[in-house]
Amino acid sequence: MTQERPSQICIVTVTGVDKVGIVAKLATVMARANINIVDINQKILEDTFVMTMAVDIAGAKIGMDKIKASLDAVGSQMALKITIQDENIFKAMHRV
Amino acid sequence: MRISVEEVYETVRMTLDHHFDIRTVTLGINLKDCIDRDLAAMVQRVRDRIVQKGQLLNRCADRIVYKYGIPITNRRIAITPASLLLEPLPHTKATVVRFAKALDAATRKADIDFLGGFGAMVQKGTTAAEENLIEAIPEALSKTQRICGFLNLASTHAGMNMNAIARMGHILRDLAFRSDNGVGCAKIAVFANVPEDNPFMAGAHHGIGEPDYSLNIGISGPGVVRNVVAKNPDCDLTQLSEVIKRTVFKITRAGELIGREMAGLMGVPFGIVDISLAPTTSTGDSVAEIIEAMGVGQIGSPGSTAALALLIDAVKKGGAMASGNVGGLSGTFIPVSEDEGMIRAVRAGTLSLEKLEALTSVCSVGLDMFAVPGDTEPEVISAIIADELAIGVANHKTTSVRIIPAPGRKAGDILHFGGLLGSAPVMKVPGTSAARFILRRGRMPAPISSLRN
Repeated sequence: MTQERPSQICIVTVTGVDKVGIVAKLATVMARANINIVDINQKILEDTFVMTMAVDIAGAKIGMDKIKASLDAVGSQMALKITIQDENIFKAMHRV
Repeated sequence: MRISVEEVYETVRMTLDHHFDIRTVTLGINLKDCIDRDLAAMVQRVRDRIVQKGQLLNRCADRIVYKYGIPITNRRIAITPASLLLEPLPHTKATVVRFAKALDAATRKADIDFLGGFGAMVQKGTTAAEENLIEAIPEALSKTQRICGFLNLASTHAGMNMNAIARMGHILRDLAFRSDNGVGCAKIAVFANVPEDNPFMAGAHHGIGEPDYSLNIGISGPGVVRNVVAKNPDCDLTQLSEVIKRTVFKITRAGELIGREMAGLMGVPFGIVDISLAPTTSTGDSVAEIIEAMGVGQIGSPGSTAALALLIDAVKKGGAMASGNVGGLSGTFIPVSEDEGMIRAVRAGTLSLEKLEALTSVCSVGLDMFAVPGDTEPEVISAIIADELAIGVANHKTTSVRIIPAPGRKAGDILHFGGLLGSAPVMKVPGTSAARFILRRGRMPAPISSLRN
């Protein structure tokens, strides 16, 4: 029996123009940091490509500040806006 | 149920495109236990506490910003009213100024942008120590950078301290003439019914009914509200109120979550969320533009007061549903210099001082960040203050005045303060002097509506 580790879910949001390699690049960042990808969704909203990726950072080897810096680097490379936020902020704002 | 892409996108757009932020996290600190008959001993204790707690506030705020991705724009400290701390010390200006400088140095060392509470509660009368503090305000605030002052000059229960109000005209003019463009006056607000837990500057202080520490949050999102109003150009006003309520509910919940978590990290009690909509000079982050998006041609035109009343009511209802700890000012700020739409309206001649005063009767928080000609008589400044505070006293609400007498400037000139303070068109002060009324002094009795027991 393995003991279940508590999870800490964050939502990575990508907005901009869809292109080849977005998931691949993000997956590489996550794998390097030992972050598990839990779920991926994408849609076109108000003519903008929006992708959300739920990730579990409980086992991450680096802090939120470093994760954010890696995502910012991918964002500027691919001309996308990428944010990462703890899931609880969305639950607080969108669930009564 | 996992959060949907639409919900995530709505939140992300609020911060990326519509300036949603936590405007301030303000730590209230009780300093009553630092009081001493020896100024040096008191300063030492006060300094240690401010530096230690201020640095902790900054560290925790940084962690929360990374975790939730919502900017925390300002980190501030509010203290026990300074007049109480100065009671047992010699009643000299030098004492007051030395204390202000020590607070300023501690605030700078902690890397906190403003410290509030340099003031007094004098709504009914003034002690010798309080009078000494008031007389020293021009020197104390002009020789410090990060200290903000407040004075409660009136309340519904006590009436209006017209002796202090008459004196303030001179004090504010003196302070204005010691700084470029009179900007020193941006650091002091005078109140009726001041709240003890307001996190916003310049009027923040840690009231005497507060615990040792209290972490208060000021959220803000005029840009977010303006966006939803603009997206609903044709719905009726009942529906518009509903749309605003829902939006404010969401941003208040974000504030509540962040406030609770900040307080937990710091090991201090969580105080209140102040749901005031506070504009900034960034394009689109304007309360005036919300009113205009509702369909009023320009703020100041007929219809503005009704539209603002609808807005503030919807903000309060949405906020109260979202948090059991709504407090502070929780109104809608309409500072002239910090809101692009307000500046435009004054320059166009649509918004006058009289209409600005009318607007403050339905929202909060009073006449804020507006400039008047430098040759405005002290008694006229006092009369402007008295009018505004009377609105608060008679209506059981907080009102305040933050007035900038602009040295050497006349109506129509523009003052550029820069940064958060924006720029202020100098407004015309109508009519003739009310000096005879102001110089009667005394105390205006509390209104009959204060007799509720």
